Amino acid sequence: MLNTSPAFKENARRAMDDAGLQKALDRAKKPFAAVRAAAVARLPEFEALRETAKGIKNHTLAHLDFYLEHYAARVEAQGGAVHWCRTPEDARTAVLDICRKAGAKTVTKGKSMISEEIGLNEFLEKQGIEPVETDLGEYILQLRHEAPSHIIGPAFHLNREDWEESFRVAHTHLPADRVFHEKRDIQAEARAVLREKFTAADVGITGANFLIAETGTSVIVTNEGNGDLTQTLPRVHIVLASLEKLVPTVEDTLSLLRVLARSATGQEFSVYTTFSTGPKRADDLDGPGEYHVILLDNGRANMVGTEFQDMLRCIRCSACMNHCPVYLTVGGHAYGSMYSGPMGSVLTPALFGAEQAHLLPNASTFCGKCESVCPMKIPLTGMMRHWREREFERHLAPATARTGLGVWGFFVRRPALYRAATRAAAWGLGLAGRRRRGHFARLPLAGAWTRERDMPAPEGETFFARYGREQRGR
Amino acid sequence: MSASNRERRDAILATIRCGLKRGALPEDQAMMLRARLAAHPRQAIPARVDLDHDGLIELFVANATREYATIDRIADRSELPEAIASYLRTQNLPMELIIAPDPALQAVDWAGTALLTARFGRAAPADMVSVQEGFAGIAETGTLMLPSGARTPTTLNLLPDTEIVVLDAAQIVGPYEDAFDRLRVAGDMPRNVMLVTGPSRSADIERTLELGAHGPRRLHIVLVGPHGSGLDGAIA
Repeated sequence: MLNTSPAFKENARRAMDDAGLQKALDRAKKPFAAVRAAAVARLPEFEALRETAKGIKNHTLAHLDFYLEHYAARVEAQGGAVHWCRTPEDARTAVLDICRKAGAKTVTKGKSMISEEIGLNEFLEKQGIEPVETDLGEYILQLRHEAPSHIIGPAFHLNREDWEESFRVAHTHLPADRVFHEKRDIQAEARAVLREKFTAADVGITGANFLIAETGTSVIVTNEGNGDLTQTLPRVHIVLASLEKLVPTVEDTLSLLRVLARSATGQEFSVYTTFSTGPKRADDLDGPGEYHVILLDNGRANMVGTEFQDMLRCIRCSACMNHCPVYLTVGGHAYGSMYSGPMGSVLTPALFGAEQAHLLPNASTFCGKCESVCPMKIPLTGMMRHWREREFERHLAPATARTGLGVWGFFVRRPALYRAATRAAAWGLGLAGRRRRGHFARLPLAGAWTRERDMPAPEGETFFARYGREQRGR
Repeated sequence: MSASNRERRDAILATIRCGLKRGALPEDQAMMLRARLAAHPRQAIPARVDLDHDGLIELFVANATREYATIDRIADRSELPEAIASYLRTQNLPMELIIAPDPALQAVDWAGTALLTARFGRAAPADMVSVQEGFAGIAETGTLMLPSGARTPTTLNLLPDTEIVVLDAAQIVGPYEDAFDRLRVAGDMPRNVMLVTGPSRSADIERTLELGAHGPRRLHIVLVGPHGSGLDGAIA
């Protein structure tokens, strides 16, 4: 569920003044890039695998209708059920029906972005069913009534003090004066508290990283093991998945898995990669008696065949945001969407409408780092540009931006005038810049820009002029 | 399938086909896709697994150790109870085992080792140490393949604090694909197939890696195979 995307600018401003958030961002910045780079360096085939991965998803999307039908037939052949859902409301209703039939009071949950997308927790609570997040990060966010700020490290914006404080408030059955000597003491407390929830739950809800058409299998990837406990112990397992999670075969899935963990956490492979196929078999000693898949569309089918189709290749690794200068400055909450960073800036307007989210595709310097690390080679900046074009066409851009572009357009259509004006501006700024040691702390009409950073002064000559001069000199 | 479910399915498929600018896939193309599904071709496999079997064992051991699993090696299953008892003693762990009801593990003389108690079945929340039969070891990343089944319940991989996996050295393969090939030979896809790489962990608190999040804190692998078969570098 979307809340504050329209307020991106105010959110970003507040984020930059938030000392706790900035501390968390500083802690993450370097490791995010370093761990991925190290993992990529250990696998010489990584670049070739990116191309393979892209090819697999493109093939799937070109035949998505066929693979969806094949997948659903395989799930049903093994005693599972597929619930096709066009809207978040369809999905919530389907989940509730299953929970009601199972007489569920408590529902444990593995980490799922689709759950965030459909606002499942709030909905279940209103219906008198207690949802319990079991991913460590999601668990503390539930205690704090906060949204995830990162698609795989949902609570990375919190600091140790926040964890201790929230646990003291929530776990009142434990001695109030207990001491958390190490971070592992905090983790151990969560483990103990959640163990009871795992065994008490009637229904377990997980997401899915992949759905395999060949075998009717859902795949989850975790490090904690919470997703596995969630889908193994309760009587009913519900998988929440959007329809672009489809992959044709097990082998295709393995190729995608080879790039997923390396791009995400820099691990060679996540600790638990689990393939689930239908309910408990006749002679199985454990596992759920019912297996349901909530297959969500929510605007994705409409992306097929458009300039945004490539976004459906996304495997939610988070490499784009981990390397994004904007994300690493403002954090995930500023985006006001469960999908943040570059992938969120492209996906959010597609799922929730450009009216709500038109500011997000503007939250980019177009440095292109996101594309260069995307394991699926998604042209993120190109798609943000498409959104910006649509924003302009639909008059969603603010008046000042439109006026500015109008002025620029006037000059650019008159090349002689444009060159004269830019030459004069470059000369003037170059001259002024030399008196200010090459940087402007403030500039007329650019106050919003220079408030957060210095503007490097031009050298005094336009690129065009210099290029012409050097060509003549050859 | 309910009528409304069918309606929603048809609407989703129609929207996708509209985007793809075609109707349902023509039969000749559908046949080609079904043939690809049946053949499930492999994509490129990393060259790091181009090794002989001894080399694969070494790679498996190195990668599993790197991911914080511990490895022991024995020549024969008759040594298993003593090897496990010795591990439990050094780790100061209880001597009560919940063991997978697999014939290869049931055939072991557990009662012959003092203080060790053995029970067979699925795990309960109170169980501290489990013994699971490994289906395959994947050298590429030091990963275990643990399928569910009547002989190998999934809860053994999840509930106990310590999981011990017994793996025949012959079951070590190079890439994930080889392990799935063996699984396909064994029959249909089991309900649950876990690929496990090291013990449970989380870095959710300030990005500091801590072992033992929700699953086992310790993953101990006992490799069974003749000595001198690429196991000399193994870490006990």
